[in-house]
Parts: sequence; C-alpha cells; structure tokens
Amino acid sequence: MAEGIVLRGKAHVFADDVNTDYIISGKYKFKTLDMGELACHCMEDIDPEFVSKVQAGDFIVAGGNFGCGSSREQAPLVIKHAGVSAVLARSFARIFFRNAINKGLPAVECDTSGIRAGDELEVNLGAGKVTNLTRGTEVKIAPLPAVMMDILAEGGLTDYLKRHGGFKL
Amino acid sequence: MGKTIAERIFSQHCGREVKAGDLVVADVDFMMGQDGTSPLAIEAFRELGGEKVYDPSRVALVIDHSAPSPLEGVSNLHAMMRSFAAEQGVGIYDIGCGICHCLLPEQGHVAPGDIVVGADSHTTTYGAINAFSTGVGSTDLAAAMLTGKLWFKAPHTLRLELRGELAVGVYSKDVALFLAGELTADGATYLAVEYGGEVIGSLSVEARFTISNMAVEMGAKAGLMEADARTLEWVSGRVSRPFMPAAPDADAAYDEVREFDLGGLTPQVAEPHRVDKVRPVEELEGTPIQEAVIGTCTNGRLEDLEVAARILAGRRVSPEVRLIVAPASRQVFMDGMEKGIVQRLIEAGAVFVTPGCGPCVGTHNGVPSDGERVISTANRNFKGRMGNANAFIYLASPATVAASAVAGKITDPRRML
Repeated sequence: MAEGIVLRGKAHVFADDVNTDYIISGKYKFKTLDMGELACHCMEDIDPEFVSKVQAGDFIVAGGNFGCGSSREQAPLVIKHAGVSAVLARSFARIFFRNAINKGLPAVECDTSGIRAGDELEVNLGAGKVTNLTRGTEVKIAPLPAVMMDILAEGGLTDYLKRHGGFKL
Repeated sequence: MGKTIAERIFSQHCGREVKAGDLVVADVDFMMGQDGTSPLAIEAFRELGGEKVYDPSRVALVIDHSAPSPLEGVSNLHAMMRSFAAEQGVGIYDIGCGICHCLLPEQGHVAPGDIVVGADSHTTTYGAINAFSTGVGSTDLAAAMLTGKLWFKAPHTLRLELRGELAVGVYSKDVALFLAGELTADGATYLAVEYGGEVIGSLSVEARFTISNMAVEMGAKAGLMEADARTLEWVSGRVSRPFMPAAPDADAAYDEVREFDLGGLTPQVAEPHRVDKVRPVEELEGTPIQEAVIGTCTNGRLEDLEVAARILAGRRVSPEVRLIVAPASRQVFMDGMEKGIVQRLIEAGAVFVTPGCGPCVGTHNGVPSDGERVISTANRNFKGRMGNANAFIYLASPATVAASAVAGKITDPRRML
C-alpha cells in the first residue's frame, strides 16, 4: 500500500468499545485458519447484517477503543476479508491497532463523530485526511509512529521484515 | 528525573537512557503463543522465510484454550503446533499442563525485570512479578521468534496507590474489578499501570497475578508491580538465571498518580456485557444463576480453589447450578488433591475439567444455554464470550462465585465465611 493511494467507500458505523470477540467470536476462530470462512461471521453478535451489507472498499467507522479485548489477529484479518479497506475510529485499543498495521489494514485515528452510516468517504493516508463527500466535511488523521508508517507502506510486517531484515527505527 | 518501572526495564535492555515515548528495539527475554494464536504465528514465521527460531529456549507454546481438543479442525491446529515445536526445539506445554499465564511464571520462564511478549492479551499477568510483559498479535510473535527482538514504544505510566487494608471476604479480584469500573475500558490505553501501596504489599504473589492480569481490561500495555521480598521468595527456586528487578525512582515522572482507599471495599461484580460495568455485590444479590465457573488465568490458582473449598465445606452446590472448576495448571490440580481441596469441591457437587482456559473463551467445557446466567472468575463477560450470545456473564471473585453456586443466586460471600 503506497502512500499515494486514496481509498473511497461507504461508512458502516459502530459505537465505542467494539471488542475483538464481537469482531470474530471465539466459538468460530479457534477451529480454522480459513479467514474467508471466518469473515462470514464478522461482527455477527452486534450487527448480523454487516457481512451482507458491506461492499468491497467500504469502511468501518467507530467510536473509541475499537478492537479492545483479546489479541486475536483474526480480528483485522476477517475485517479485511469481509472487504473493508480501512477502519476509522476516534481511538484504537493498542493490540488491535498494532495487528491491523501488521496485516496491512489501515487503522485511521480521527474524529469520527460527524460520520453517519452510508456516508461516502475518501481516506487519503498520504495527505493525512478523511473527506466526508456526503457532508462536505474533512478531518485530520492522527499520524502513525514512523516505524508503523513504514510497515503499512510495505503492506504489512511480513513484507517489511523480508525487505529490511529487522526493525529499522 | 527518575525512572518509572517501565523506563527502567527498557533502559536496562537497551543499554541507554530510555524515556516514555521513545521508540526502541529491544531483546525479548521470553515469548509465548497459545493454541488460538500460535497457528497464525507459525504461518507468519514460514511466510517470513523463517528457518530457525532465533533462540528456542526463550519460546513456549501452550495448548490451553481448547484442551483437549473438541473438534477435528482444532486437533489439526494443535498438531501443527506440536510439529513446529519438535522441528524447532521449542518447548510445548500440551493438554493438561495448564493455562499459559499460570505456567510461565510457575515454571520459572519469567523473571523480575524481564521483557516478555505473549500472543495473548492477558500476558500483562507477569507484571505482578515485576516483568514488563505485554500482549501482541501472531505476526509480532513470529517476528520475535525469528529475530529475538521486537519494536516497542516505551509507555507513559499511570501509578495507582492502593491504600488501607482489605476487609475479610474481599480479595484481589474485587480490587481488580473495582479498578476496572473506576478507570473504565480505555482508562489506561497505551499506558503502563504501576500498582503500589500497602494493599499490594499485603497480597500474596498469587493474588497479585489477578490484578496485573486485568490491567488489559483497562486498555493498559502493562500492569507492573515492584519486586518485594515476597516476589523474590516466590521466584527463587523457580527462576534459575540471573535477573535484575526494576524499581521505580522516588522522583519518577508519572502521567498521573491516583490514590484509592480500599478499606471499605466490598465484594464486586461486573455485570453483562462489560468488564467495567462493576457494582458492589450487595446491589446484585438475589440474581438467579445457572452456571458457575472457578478457574481461568485470572483466578484458577491454588488459593482460589482453597477459598472456594472453604465456602463449600459442609455445603452443596445448588441443584439449579452447574459449578465447573478448571485448575489453572497440573501443579495446582495436584496440590489441590494433596490438600483435600479437590475432594471437598467434588463432594460439594463441583465438576472438574482439564487444567486450561475451560469455558472462558467459548470453545468448550461449559457453554451456557440460551438465557442462562453464569457467574465466573474469568476476566471478560462480553456478549457471546462463553460461546452463546444469548447468555449473560457476571464476573466475580472465587469466594463470590462459590457462595453464589451454593445459593443458586448471586450471593455476598461474607455470609458464608
């Protein structure tokens, strides 16, 4: 994912404190590594319609503390496999935040209070801003630490390490 | 300006002054994956082109979340872990050994002053023995297995001074729940929490693990305590390598210092479906329950089983309730048998399952039915956590759970002590 890429899609809005059990329940994720299969259950316990509503390139837009709870890396993976191109949140829980970047899923920290379900958004990681095309508003993205920007730019930790051989701060 | 525990540990590892906010790459003293997270870590290790784990003696894989396996898909993932462990010479704790967060300190893998990462969010547990221990994802674990290092942002620290003397019938789990309610689910996000004050000093090391375990429920990166005489006594005989405890300086710079007087604290309960929805047990007494769980990385240790056995002595589990007990390790199970604790619990009507996470994560060993209320010594009560989104989970201390199992409803344990 190069810095110049601009993402565009519809917003699917969630509240505060969406934990990783809600993103992908323990009763599914423990028996398979098939993320395509697990993606069918993304957000099942808080929004059973989510997987049928979401279209490739859409965004999850949330309040505070997104991704809290368990460290399961299946969480950002099923979000990606469900077609979501980035998660926007007022704040992220730290393990989810790190895992999302490690798997090349942009975790975009910004003021999400003005975004409503169905709004068309444009996320410009390089310019550091999110434009709400439906409402004509714009918010700034909180910058990532440099090493996380580098990891995301490579598409995730695996590709980053294969290129650099270690962590370059 | 002096150092916090976290700053001291990172400074010691990096061989230079590290301040909160600094980005560093540090050697990891020990790293762990469990059966929910290791398969993805092994896949990532292969994708990285990894051939040899950097230092196999610093790695442990633990089968605890679904032990023994309830399904063929899980069995195949367990087989993947065994195969990787054999190939790499990495230690593996197979079914029945116990829960990762009980095993790692018990078996001497963690020492004061260590940096430990685990592919499990409750890795904060070992902060109780003064280790900077934190949860990471599977790919970060793969990177640490391959390189022996990980990048960190040295956290700022929130210091909690816990004052007073806990009343009879009030335990470290009640302290942990109370703090979760006060600070809320993201009250300590990205911070290291330091727990200090005479309440901590008065607790056994086992009881301290419960508090550090639940630091992550407030969003914390670590839940640290100083190494005192009790800590050093507990680790001696378990840890065979030299170590360097990390104490905070008197002039350490904390983001915030908060004091709590816990002399008047009563038993606490977290209501469904949030860990920070905490109330005194007095306000919830009388709520009927159908399942009770004593176990998990939060409260499955010998002292936890012991207090439950004390309450159940001469009493029986209500016929309306299933009491499931999962000892946190084989050692706990055997010690419990030797002391007659296991016998007493079984005679009272408790059901024992394999040392492991048991029903906490919804994989097996006690999934509740629709509409049921469970009272559990676990650390999470999210909707669907135990495998049924139509059930309700209350979190409490082993004493409160045992008393409630007898009464068939949420009960103040002080009535039965």
